[in-house]
Amino acid sequence: MMRYLVKRLFYAVPILLGVNLLTFALFFVVNTPDDMARLQLGTKRVTPEAIARWKAEHGYDEPLFYNPKAAGVDKITDTLFARKSAAMFLFDFGRSDDGRDIGQEIRTRMWPSLAIAVPVFVIGLATNISFALLMIFFRGTYLDWAGLALCILLMSISGLFYIIAGQFFIAKLWHLLPISGYSGGIHALRFILLPVLVSIVAGLGSGARWYRTLFQEEIGKDYVRTARAKGLSEVRVLFGHVLRNGLIPILTGAVAVLPLLFLGSLLTESFFGIPGLGSYTVDAIQAQDFAVVRAMVFLGSLLYIVGLMLTDISYALADPRVRLG
Amino acid sequence: MLRHLALACLVLALGGCGKVWNDPYPASRARANILYSAFSERPKHLDPARAYSSNETEIIGQIYEPPLQYSFLKRPYTLEPLTAQSLPRVRYYDKAGRELPADAPIGQIAESVYDITLKPGIYYQPHPAFAVDAHGGPRYLHLGAAGMAGRDSLADFHHSGTRELTAADYVYEIKRLADPAVASPIYSLMAQYILGLRRLGAQLEQARKNDPHGFIDLDRYALPGAQVTGRYSYRITLKGKYPQFLYWLAMPFFAPVPRVVDEFYRQPGMAQRNLSLDTQPVGTGAFMLTVNEPNRRMVLMRNPDFHAEFYPRHGMPGDAARGLLRDAGKRLPLLDGAVYSLEKENIPYWNKFLQGYYDASGLSSDSFDQAIRFGVAGQAELAPAMRVRGMQLITAVAPSIWYLGFNMLDPVVGGLDAKHRELRQAISIAVDYEQFIDIFLNGRGVPGQGPLPPGIYGYDPNAYDPWVYQRRDGRIERRPLAYARELLARAGYPDGRNAATGQPLVLYFDTMASGPDARARLEWYRKQFAKLGIQLVVRATDYNRFQDKMRHGNDQIFEWGWNADYPDPENFFFLLYGPNGKVKDGGENAANYANPEFDRLFEQMRYMDDGPARLALIDRMNAIVERDAPWVFAYYPKAFTLVQPWVYNVKPNFMANNTLKYRRIDPALRARLREAWNRPVLWPLGALAVGLVLAVLPAWRAWRRKERQAAR
Amino acid sequence: MSLPFRPVILWTDALLFVLLAAVAVLAFWTVRNPQWRRPWARVGNSPVAVACLVVLGAYALIAVLDSLHYRPRLPQAVPGQPAQYSDTVRSVFDALTPDLWRVQEETYSAPLAEHLFVRQPQTLPDGQVVRVYPRLRIAAGSGPGQRWRDIARRALSGAAAGLAVGALCAGLLAWRCGRLRGARAWLTAAARGQAGWPARTLVATLTLVFVLVGVIAALAPAYHVLGTDKVGQDVLYLTLKSIRTGLLIGTLTTLVTLPLAILLGIAAGYFGGWVDDVIQYIYTVLNSIPAVLLIAAAVLMAQVYIETHVRMFDTNAARADFRLLFLCLILGMTSWTTLARLLRGETLKIRALEYIEAARAFGVGHGRILLRHVLPNVFHIVLISTVMDFSGLVLAEAVLSYVGVGVDPLTYSWGNMINAARLELAREPVVWWQLVAAFAFMSTLVLAANLLADVVREAFDPRRGGA
Repeated sequence: MMRYLVKRLFYAVPILLGVNLLTFALFFVVNTPDDMARLQLGTKRVTPEAIARWKAEHGYDEPLFYNPKAAGVDKITDTLFARKSAAMFLFDFGRSDDGRDIGQEIRTRMWPSLAIAVPVFVIGLATNISFALLMIFFRGTYLDWAGLALCILLMSISGLFYIIAGQFFIAKLWHLLPISGYSGGIHALRFILLPVLVSIVAGLGSGARWYRTLFQEEIGKDYVRTARAKGLSEVRVLFGHVLRNGLIPILTGAVAVLPLLFLGSLLTESFFGIPGLGSYTVDAIQAQDFAVVRAMVFLGSLLYIVGLMLTDISYALADPRVRLG
Repeated sequence: MLRHLALACLVLALGGCGKVWNDPYPASRARANILYSAFSERPKHLDPARAYSSNETEIIGQIYEPPLQYSFLKRPYTLEPLTAQSLPRVRYYDKAGRELPADAPIGQIAESVYDITLKPGIYYQPHPAFAVDAHGGPRYLHLGAAGMAGRDSLADFHHSGTRELTAADYVYEIKRLADPAVASPIYSLMAQYILGLRRLGAQLEQARKNDPHGFIDLDRYALPGAQVTGRYSYRITLKGKYPQFLYWLAMPFFAPVPRVVDEFYRQPGMAQRNLSLDTQPVGTGAFMLTVNEPNRRMVLMRNPDFHAEFYPRHGMPGDAARGLLRDAGKRLPLLDGAVYSLEKENIPYWNKFLQGYYDASGLSSDSFDQAIRFGVAGQAELAPAMRVRGMQLITAVAPSIWYLGFNMLDPVVGGLDAKHRELRQAISIAVDYEQFIDIFLNGRGVPGQGPLPPGIYGYDPNAYDPWVYQRRDGRIERRPLAYARELLARAGYPDGRNAATGQPLVLYFDTMASGPDARARLEWYRKQFAKLGIQLVVRATDYNRFQDKMRHGNDQIFEWGWNADYPDPENFFFLLYGPNGKVKDGGENAANYANPEFDRLFEQMRYMDDGPARLALIDRMNAIVERDAPWVFAYYPKAFTLVQPWVYNVKPNFMANNTLKYRRIDPALRARLREAWNRPVLWPLGALAVGLVLAVLPAWRAWRRKERQAAR
Repeated sequence: MSLPFRPVILWTDALLFVLLAAVAVLAFWTVRNPQWRRPWARVGNSPVAVACLVVLGAYALIAVLDSLHYRPRLPQAVPGQPAQYSDTVRSVFDALTPDLWRVQEETYSAPLAEHLFVRQPQTLPDGQVVRVYPRLRIAAGSGPGQRWRDIARRALSGAAAGLAVGALCAGLLAWRCGRLRGARAWLTAAARGQAGWPARTLVATLTLVFVLVGVIAALAPAYHVLGTDKVGQDVLYLTLKSIRTGLLIGTLTTLVTLPLAILLGIAAGYFGGWVDDVIQYIYTVLNSIPAVLLIAAAVLMAQVYIETHVRMFDTNAARADFRLLFLCLILGMTSWTTLARLLRGETLKIRALEYIEAARAFGVGHGRILLRHVLPNVFHIVLISTVMDFSGLVLAEAVLSYVGVGVDPLTYSWGNMINAARLELAREPVVWWQLVAAFAFMSTLVLAANLLADVVREAFDPRRGGA
């Protein structure tokens, strides 16, 4: 196991380097440091002098990939790419283009994101599984059919609709919950209820349908027939056997998503005014804040790789036949 | 589903929100004397040398006190002393250092000198930078890495102190304008005027090469243009004459910053914790920033050390009737604090306002129908539903202009000759901004009649743009479309076709429009041009590309606006001054308009003191610009503000940014109304429960039947 | 004499026709190949699939008509001048539905309304300005007070026409299929659902579509059936024009990246070794970048490209089209990796099969093995994933427009409509029709696609005894 982990970490480095290179190339083609300076300095009274000063202040006054003025190895290392990437690998994200420390920002914004994402993940998983089990339990009846139709209908409606409708009815018309906002501590509960509810409903259709398919496959297997032949009640069969065996692929699949929960949800967070990493990303895109975008890409790919590793490990744990090597 | 709802009920019950379920604020604060407001974009810079945009000055205007301020009630906008004892009188000197009379010709004036004397006894807000140790020295300087350990916010510095305001603090801030590490947006402008500022800038640039972010003691650098002349007095010396400079003295750029505060924040480790003048301002104003979470909220609390300042006793006629003088003579501020919450989306903002959780609302055009009705005669009035709630509507035209600019360097729409002029005039008539104001602004604008908006010296409410409007039956109305077509034909494009080749005239509209409203707006513009048979190609792009096009003159028609920095016509006419051309000099003249006669008049006008001679010049300049039509003077935006019944002392003031100290609220009334407006509607919960039961019941029965069969 | 129009082929038009050609070839091949005909026959036997196909067919027809672009000729200003063409690009769909776009109002009007939704200033003869609800331009013909009766009359006649066409279809079918048993017998059998295939569903769905079209066609000359938007454009027109955008994003995205996914996925699985390593590296890198950020960068790049090549994009249509194409490309870039991984896995399995090993031992070339044995055996995966991805992509467009990295603001798209409609919900009284129209049309498309995808997957999945 240890050897596997070390090897995977070793593999991660070129991937992260590639990601970094790609983002650098993509975003600097679009926005030169001059553009970034102008973006930050606003529209009023921007002079070339001010731009030069801004670039120097933010360390954007070096060439991108190759520095002909420097000597020897410095030709490569005295560049924006080398400096900013090296810092990134040491988890020093630097400062955003508008001057705030990105590391600090990520540390504070992580919690609101998790406050939404974790309940959505856990409760959502539970709801989806229960819904799928119900459909399986009533298979062949009108309930299974109606449930499936409901699932397909739910997943055919844009996620935006759930958010807009949720805010409109629950918050605006019925005054049941605050329409948006966030607060620390115990007060957070009131603010996260609506986004969590909306997210769960939005994810119910595709999730429940997918799990239903999994369970259906499971229920057709021989051991279920044997169990039934032994005279076990339908409930015991479902919960004792089908659920337990069906859970393995569900959980190993879910593990891959776990690390990405940190990044939060782009849509939910910006609609509900949650100060998490999702809305941070959306804001950064809209403001074209390259430093933040780069940090978020790095973080995202890192978490993705961690997710891959976790999946492999959980497979190995769940199925002793799989060996990591 | 059921489970979540049960959970929701449980939490709500536990939360103890009482009768109101949707209160976004802690219940404990329901009756506090605190104003609730919102900001839509987080302020990037709170450093007074750097903050320029309105959402930044809205916060720091309450915290910092420059020597002058705008009178809260008087109109037209007038300056009055704030921390200064009186308005400084300017003295002029010639090259030889001899004092000149006030009306000396501009050519002779080599230097202008402003002497400013401060009121004594003004103190800063409590702050750790002023804390002293047992020996009377600063407690929190030279902390080092060890000293910074465990200190993540200002709350982790347990001691604080205060200090009296001195003239040196003002001079220190003027020097900060030149510091490259501060990156002040007005450095380049001020370097043209303040004696020696550019030299200081160059020196500091050198010094910053070795120490990009650390503390540099600016007191060690001399600045001939700003000198301390006593504990409470300092002198600013400008090159030449710059009468508009007094207005700058009312902006936070010229607020005091004590050296010790700068040194405190420049310690290593501060910036990594987001502790800097950019995030934690320190001022003498009525309020101090106690919570700065720009992702969520900013909280201003009353500054316990605030000096004695009183609500004005005199206003304009009508102010008393509007209740604006009820608090005359009371000590300021009238509030204990203000909470600004981040509200990026319009809809939640508006809904929370309706629910009583914000005390005032700027109106977006779409929420508008609910609040405002136009009476049959076209006057804006509160909708009955709002009037019942006791809300007040306050309207005022902002000293700003939006315009549709033509790139005068463009071969098709540019040029000062008659043909090109007529093309622009035709377009000016065809683009029906009355309709635009109606559809997109819901009446919150006044069609533009020239470059000067209301509130600016030289604006004449009776004047109109004779090329676009005409007087008929005593009313001023837009010239008919037929006339525009005629102009277009004279310009060489009958029916929008090139007279020589028959090719359709295609024009390009450059915009960075994005957001929900963009599509409708762009379609509208296309419709306007189509009225003349002109085809408008919309080149929508992002901010950077747009700026790039503007800078290189690759644009053709664009939409732009300008908010007044100060109420002087120079601040608008300079947008059309030839040598300020965007392409040529990177200046603010985005249309690249250059008319030698206009430029000559501008150079005269800008140094003149207000009076009939200046007005005459302004009229001539207006006439030239209106004829040349480098802009379509789209509209002067009107601010409609809805104010809750419990808020008092609201008078729109587009120049002053420190009006929070005059505001008063009635917290008891607010608490009562909020409760009345937010009774939770419970039947949907019940309906949902019943619906679920009805759906599950048959299934339950089916299952029971199956069980029984299996048992048999 | 010059043409009354000049055809314009936009990039996406061209690609759409390539796609249609590919579908035609595939269909031809399927008909000839019994191994492929079987699963398709299973799809054709499902009533749900038939209904969905009719709905999707209607959408596709609109999209295709809307992809035949041209620039109309302008009337000659001076005799003898060469013919000049308008810079406004229209489509055959526009030409067929002039009622929907000719008449524009000032601003909002409710569905089937007679008057504008908001008060407008109006100058009275005595020079006084009053604010009233003006009559709509489109309704100027019908008499006041007769509105509902007029609407009912038009709707009924439209529905009747639709029913008639539906009946005609049934008749034609009966004539074609009833040759064995006689048309009447076939009709009674089909009505009981015993025609051997879901003929009843086909006729019913078709008739439903015809009735809808009939009602709309009857109402459109005098009413805005779904109201108008902020600048007075007909919402029904906006929604119908959005179909093309939605369909293109759902299909072109897959089309442009399919070759890449197939090539790399199969190559990785078949050759293994360093080829596999390199390809895996590429897709892990691409996959690990959050998709939104990649899309944002790409859309910005498209804008840079447009601005640096202004000459190439001199009409609104060309600019919007390029951005749409670029969006498809980059959406494909972020989604091909999933398919490539699936293909790689499947190819690994196939490669280990005995007959492939044998073929290799006999020295059969790689190209031949891949074309003859591997590709046909993984093709069902390609098909299933294409169908499954479609609905997700249509939905994604709306979200991207919200983030600000979607299609051009002047493109007709559901995302743009929903984005604009968000503000309208805050109005009082609420302007709901734009939002509802966009969601309804989008959901119908996605629902049909999802249902069809379900059937297709069932039919093609080898584990369920398919191909």
